[in-house]
Amino acid sequence: MPAEKPLYTLTGLELLDLIKQKKIGIADILESQSLRTKAVEGKVKAFARFTDTTASGIPIAVKDNICIQGQLTTCASKILENFIPPYDATVIQRLKKSGFVIQGQTNMDEFAFGSSCENSAFFPTRNPWNPDCVPGGSSGGSAAAVAADEAVWALGSDTGGSIRQPASFCGVVGLKPTYGRVSRYGLIAFASSLDQIGPLTKDVRDNAYLTSIISGYDPNDSTSLNLPVGDYQKSLEKDIKGIKIGVPKEYFSLSGDGELEGLDREVKEAVEEAIAQLRKLGAVVSEVSLPHTEYAVGVYYIVATAEASSNLARFDGVQYGLRARNADNLITMYKKTRQAGFGPEAKRRIILGTYVLSHGYYEAYYLRALKVRALIARDFTEVFKEYDCIVTPTSPTTAFRLGEKLENPLAMYLSDVYTISANLAGVPAISVPCGSNKAGLPIGLQITAKAFDEETLFRVAYNYEQATPWHKLKPKI
Amino acid sequence: MIISKDDVQKVANLARIELNQEELNLFSGQLESVLEFIEKLKKADISSVQPMSHVLDIQNVLRADVPRESLSNAQVLKNAPESLKGHFRVPKVIE
Repeated sequence: MPAEKPLYTLTGLELLDLIKQKKIGIADILESQSLRTKAVEGKVKAFARFTDTTASGIPIAVKDNICIQGQLTTCASKILENFIPPYDATVIQRLKKSGFVIQGQTNMDEFAFGSSCENSAFFPTRNPWNPDCVPGGSSGGSAAAVAADEAVWALGSDTGGSIRQPASFCGVVGLKPTYGRVSRYGLIAFASSLDQIGPLTKDVRDNAYLTSIISGYDPNDSTSLNLPVGDYQKSLEKDIKGIKIGVPKEYFSLSGDGELEGLDREVKEAVEEAIAQLRKLGAVVSEVSLPHTEYAVGVYYIVATAEASSNLARFDGVQYGLRARNADNLITMYKKTRQAGFGPEAKRRIILGTYVLSHGYYEAYYLRALKVRALIARDFTEVFKEYDCIVTPTSPTTAFRLGEKLENPLAMYLSDVYTISANLAGVPAISVPCGSNKAGLPIGLQITAKAFDEETLFRVAYNYEQATPWHKLKPKI
Repeated sequence: MIISKDDVQKVANLARIELNQEELNLFSGQLESVLEFIEKLKKADISSVQPMSHVLDIQNVLRADVPRESLSNAQVLKNAPESLKGHFRVPKVIE
């Protein structure tokens, strides 16, 4: 083997370059990945299951809520424990056409409900940087797999931060594309107006590469837009001199009303340093305002749970999945199936979503939330009239400890405070590593751009990444 | 109190989820604190905006009404917990 470093430590594009130069073959990559997962998966537990296949291709890990034809796909839920999709999600078709094989499906919070991976019906995933900490969620398995070098790269899904927050906690790069950029066909729906599939990778270049593969119009998803996909690799070549960056003041005064958990001091310092670095690279940085930020979490937990309660009505023991036995009529069968099949967080969200949509509460909660959502989206439109992108922390804290927030759903929800707005406004956002705290846990920088301007995101992220050492740090497992 | 145990029980019934007493007690308290937090939306001035159910400026996306290949009956029923003669089978609905 010609490479000095083990192959599993390389990025996807570094591996593809070696293949092109005929220095290695795909079999070498598969062997190296297999050795790595054997060595560390017992400690990380990033995968729900590995694919039993002899097919050859570039390996990629996929979150367990994206349908793969003929392969168990469960959303880490008991209610889908035996579900075998009869078709491939569009992103899976695109990956297969580009020469990828799915090496395994990654662990997640059940139905993507959570920010810690602890809501998986299987087991919790551990943070590769510290096994007592969560990897974040809900795409925690994908983030941990990439951080631990168990996967070259991975796909996740992001409804309120489920790609970016675990990317931040695990020290990898994670993108939530613009709503409508990537087909949702075959993504088991959580909240249809917010969900997007996106890549988790070791660096920005890999992320841009995967995004160009999975993006594009799909007639099977009526919300995918027929717009040209940018040349994301090319966008990395430009510098960022004169790029206008806004820093929203509301994101740095979190503890204002005493309800929100404050912005961690070490996170704040790391993000401020990152902003100074962006200035050094020629960006013009100014303070801006997103005045409705304080409502984002509240709006999200109305809209997302309302949509989830509707989407999850299909899991009723009739067409697929679990069915409770010994029910003597249909309604009892539904109720017992859903009691046995859903975990506590799924039940809470379905009940909350049903409540905010129910007679007498619809206007007070759901309709009001849709209006405040419009205000939040308008905040972004206003800022993007003058600015190319917005820079913030990805999460107010670094990875928290297992169990720390499990009994307090509201505290868990508040950990998404910085990531939720991008989903509500439909704009793209990326998390890139921007430091570590004293305990050695990674910190993430979030960059947000206007809708369908992933090119600017990648350009700014890449310039920052190349000027800093953070993406090269590896956890000792 | 915003949401009582009776409310939670009623909504769980609408959502077709059976809850045991322990779940009912736990969820009532937890949902109460989430709804208390959500109360802050009442402060927002929403007089100037239309509800946004969707961020994209598209509606009624249609395709040509032509038949195309779909899953076979056997493929559709493959994941069903119970099926009979090409149909999904459920417990008795009509007496």
